[in-house]
This record gives sequence, structure tokens and C-alpha cells, in this order.
Amino acid sequence: MTRLRTWLTSSDLAGIAVLALIIVVVLPLSLDIFRLNLVGKYLSYAFVAVGLVMLWGYGGILSLGQGVFFGLGGYAMAMFLKLEASDPESTKIQSTPGIPDFMDWNQLTQLPIWWEPFRHLPVALIAMLLVPAILAFIVGFAMFKRRVGGVYFAIITQAVALVLTVLIIGQQGYTGGVNGITDLKTMLGWDIRTDSAKYILYFATCALLIAAIFLCRWVQRTKLGTLLLAMRDKEDRVRFSGYDVANFKVFVFCLAAMLCGLGGALFVLQVGFMSASFVGIVPSIEMVIFAAVGGRMSLVGAVYGALLVNFGKTFFSESFPQLWLFLMAALFIGVVMAFPNGLAGLYNDYVKPWLLRKREPRSDPPDPKPLPATPPSHPPVAGWNPSVPRPRADAKSVGPAVA
Amino acid sequence: MSNTDFVLAIEDLTVSFDGFKAIDNLNLYVDKGELRVIIGPNGAGKTTLLDLICGKTRASKGTIKFKNQEMTTLAEHRIVRSGIGRKFQTPSIYENLTVFKNLEVSFPRGRGVFGALKFKCTADVKERIESVAGEIGLADQLETEAGLLSHGQKQWLEIGMLLMQEPELLMLDEPIAGMSVRERELTAELLERICRNRSMIVIEHDMEFVKKIAHKVTVMHQGKILAEGPMEKVQADPKVIDVYLGH
Repeated sequence: MTRLRTWLTSSDLAGIAVLALIIVVVLPLSLDIFRLNLVGKYLSYAFVAVGLVMLWGYGGILSLGQGVFFGLGGYAMAMFLKLEASDPESTKIQSTPGIPDFMDWNQLTQLPIWWEPFRHLPVALIAMLLVPAILAFIVGFAMFKRRVGGVYFAIITQAVALVLTVLIIGQQGYTGGVNGITDLKTMLGWDIRTDSAKYILYFATCALLIAAIFLCRWVQRTKLGTLLLAMRDKEDRVRFSGYDVANFKVFVFCLAAMLCGLGGALFVLQVGFMSASFVGIVPSIEMVIFAAVGGRMSLVGAVYGALLVNFGKTFFSESFPQLWLFLMAALFIGVVMAFPNGLAGLYNDYVKPWLLRKREPRSDPPDPKPLPATPPSHPPVAGWNPSVPRPRADAKSVGPAVA
Repeated sequence: MSNTDFVLAIEDLTVSFDGFKAIDNLNLYVDKGELRVIIGPNGAGKTTLLDLICGKTRASKGTIKFKNQEMTTLAEHRIVRSGIGRKFQTPSIYENLTVFKNLEVSFPRGRGVFGALKFKCTADVKERIESVAGEIGLADQLETEAGLLSHGQKQWLEIGMLLMQEPELLMLDEPIAGMSVRERELTAELLERICRNRSMIVIEHDMEFVKKIAHKVTVMHQGKILAEGPMEKVQADPKVIDVYLGH
């Protein structure tokens, strides 16, 4: 027991192991397939939250348009599934059989040329990652090279989300408009609507999510991860150490976008449709709230954040539908004001010291309070190093003699 | 302008902000291995000059040649990579990283995105970090979070971060501001040591300190050079006395 506790408090791998245990073992054993499918949907949002930990937590770049990339990945998958569902046999009552139903309703008589490649699953899978990455590259390159950052960048990403929503809704014949792409049935002949398919998709989502966490953990541990933290703190110092700061921002923006795309595709497979309502400004902001609640410096925390906020959303929107948006806003404000490091911060500040104290009952307990209220010479950066609840007494002592 | 032996040759440099000329037709030459100190009253344009050399501010007119290569059109990170290091006025370090990480990030390898992903802290990197840490007196604080260092140590750490890059021209903006007397002495020794194989430009106000370290002093006033030469000569210059004591 003691050894287990030591491991739990000392290693970040333990955090990932506990998360894996919960989503792979505990939840499937305790929930029916309807609820588990909902969890699977939440976990596809967790990809976005994990991407935001890299982009926002590590890179310090707040994007309020991650729904765009989630949507692009989702649409890539939905287009493939829709084409498979629209074979001439099952669409023979349409005036033009063999094209998606919404195209037929919108008087299209031929499949648009850019839909053609999506007949092939490999193309759809590549597009699901590459299209978000390319858009992120273009937006990121244009913004970061011009040193647009902070609030201005957030506003521009919101504008991108709005533009894409308007585009999707306006081009009903090509995109399905407000209704989206619905009635998805099979993937390469495999029915995705059955309970067994839902189980398989759920576990595939879990596996990919854990792989994504490991990928991000690896990036964090490379020099690139250190540089992201350094850039967040002193961008000019990094630039005048010989780094092209914009390239690193573009990279992390693309990485986050690809994770969003993957999440979007898994979302479509589990929910069975895609629409513009997952692309716009409101869902994009909700995604930021997942990361904020979970803790924007913690990859594992972001997953818990996505799960909890979505559980809350489902619960409250079933019980008090009018109140949900207010509750969501209150949650965001509450998190930012009361515990800026999110759940991960709470864990590190309170739970971990408590575990440590139980382990060594005789030694002095580490100070469980996060930070003493001494005004530091620099403003404390929220969510900096969640692993150490360190005293922030400004050292005033003169250092050792220069050799 | 023809090629010269100077490490840094600045000619006809002008920069104006909304008509105000912060640097006005300035010429400055720095030799190899020289430690040049720039002094001058507030607003003389000293920091602006450093900003221009390292590319933080863009010149309106004139040339800056480093090893006979034009710098005014290069991107900041390219200027750094060609061998110019610059320390900022307030200690500019990564407060939340350890001293070791601060130095490691400054090591000039793996500067591209994919290079940074592949970068490994090999034995030669570690060795270099340890030798620089020894140089700046932080050898036994490699695992300390940089934000917990004293003000003087932070200044040394930033100098150490620049040393990691082995720049041929090192520019320091008020390196001893806020330091105790003892720390000033140590810094003067440090600068003398690191100047042996590179050129340096130092901006400083403390005249005792300037006397101690300077090979040559340049006095700036209102964006122009007022006087240049050894400290004793400059101090005796009536124009300089007028600027500092007159008005």
C-alpha cells in the first residue's frame, strides 16, 4: 500500500495509468452501452482538451476556434461514411440515386468533384489529420510570423470559427447545412450502430487517447517542450537566443489541430452524425473550458475536465435546460478565479500533500497551501509548474562567489 | 562601404520614431577583442542602439556590418546565429525553469522545430553547461529554479545563457544594475575573463565600474556620439562635462 502510494505521488505515469484504468475498466463495467457511448463521445472531446494543454498551457496560445479543427476532422470522416451509406441501391428513391440525400434535396444531380476522393477510407483518414493541420499552418503562419498573439489571436480564431460555420450552413448542397451529415451507417461494410461496434469504437477511442497523451508527454519532455515554456515566460529572450519563435508556435498549433481532427473523426463514428453546431464559437469556447477545468498544464487533467464538464452538461441540460449556459459560464469564471490550475492544481495542492503526509506520518508534512500571499517580484503565472507546491519566497541572499 | 577589420562597423545609422531621431547619423566601430563601454545621460539612445544592432528595432537609414555582413535586413534569430548575443536591461531568464534548463535551452543546437524534437542533452552539452555554470558561479545551483535566485545571480545567469552560444560580439545592457558592491567586483572580473576571445559592448552608468572594465568609452548624447576614447580622456572632455554637469 505504501509503495503504491509512493508511486501514485511520484510518477506522472501513475496518473496516466489511473486514467486508463478508469476509462478502460471501471466505466465499461459500471455503465450500460448507452451511457458508455456518451462517455466515448466525451472522450473524443478530450482529444481537443489534450491539444489545448499543449497549445494553451504549454505554448501560452489561447485559441477559441478549436471547434474548427474538430469539425474538419469530423466532416472528413462523415463524408466518407455518408458516401458509403449513399450507394445507388439504398438511395434509389432519390431523383439522382447514388449521391448523399441532402445533395438530392438541394437539386444537385452530380457528386461535387471534391467529394470524390472521400470514397476511399485512406484518403478520409489522411484528410482528417492533414486538413486541420494545413488550415492551422496557414492561420498560424500568417498570424505568428506577424507576431499576432494573445487576445488578438484568440479573436481571430473565433472569427475563423464563425466563418467556417457560416460557410457550412450557407453551402447546404455541399455540406448538409444546418442539419449536417446524418444517417451514417457503415464503415467498410461494418455497421457502426450496433452495440458491439460501439464497444469497439469506445475502446479504440480510449487507446488512441492514451497514445495521444503519450505523444504530447514526449513532446513536453523534448527541448521543444522546454522552449514552449520558455517562450511563454520570456518570448524575446528565446528569440534573441537564436530561435524563430513563430515556427514553434505554428508547430504546436498544428499539433493541437491534428488532435482535434482525430477527436472529431472519433466523435462522428460514435455519435453517427456531424453538423455545423460542433464547429462554431460556442462549442469552441466549451472546449477551452474542458481544459481550464481539468487544468491547462495537465494532460490527464484535461481528460477529466472534458469528462466532468460533459457529464455536467448532460445532467443539467436534462434537468434544467435553460440554466445550462449560465452554469457553464459560472463554472468558467469560478475556475479561473478560484483555482486557475484546475482539477490538476487542486490535486497537486491538496490531495498529493495529504497522500505524502499519510506515507510519512512522523516527518514534517509539506505545506499543503499552494502559495503564501507574499507579493512576488513578478506576477505568478497560473498553472506553471503544478508538480511542486513550492514556497515562493524571493531569495535575496547573495550568491556564492564567482569562481 | 568597403570591408574592414572591425568586428562591428556602424555607419550613418539613423532611426526616427515619428520624426524624433533617437539615433542620428551615428558611426561606431568596435575592434576584435575590444570591450567598449557606452555611457550617456538618460534618453541618449544607448539601449536603442543595442536594439538596432540585434534587430529588435529596425533602422531608418544606415548600415550595421558585423564581420562585414549586413545586419539591418536580417531577422533577429539570424543575427543571433551569426554571432551577436544581447543581454537585456532587466534580467531576462526563464524563472520557472531550473538553472540547468535555462542554460540548456541556450545551447546553440537543435534550433529548428524538428531539431528541437530530436535534441538530446549529450555529454558534451552537459560538460558545456557545467563549465559555463562554473564561470558564472552557479555550479552548485544547477537544479535551483531560476526564479529563486538573487537579483545578481539572475544577471549572471543571463550572461551565462549568452556564453552558451559563444557569441563573437556580446552586448550587455546595464549588467550591474541593482548589484551589491561585492557582486559588482565579481561581475567586473567575470567580464574581464569572458572578454578574452570576443568583443563586447557594455552600457553602464557606474563610473567606477566603467573605469575598471573599459578599453574604450563612447559617450552618447541625443542620439549622437559626443566623445570617444580612453576613460581619462573622455572624462576630461569639456563637452562631456557639460552634458553631465551642465544645463
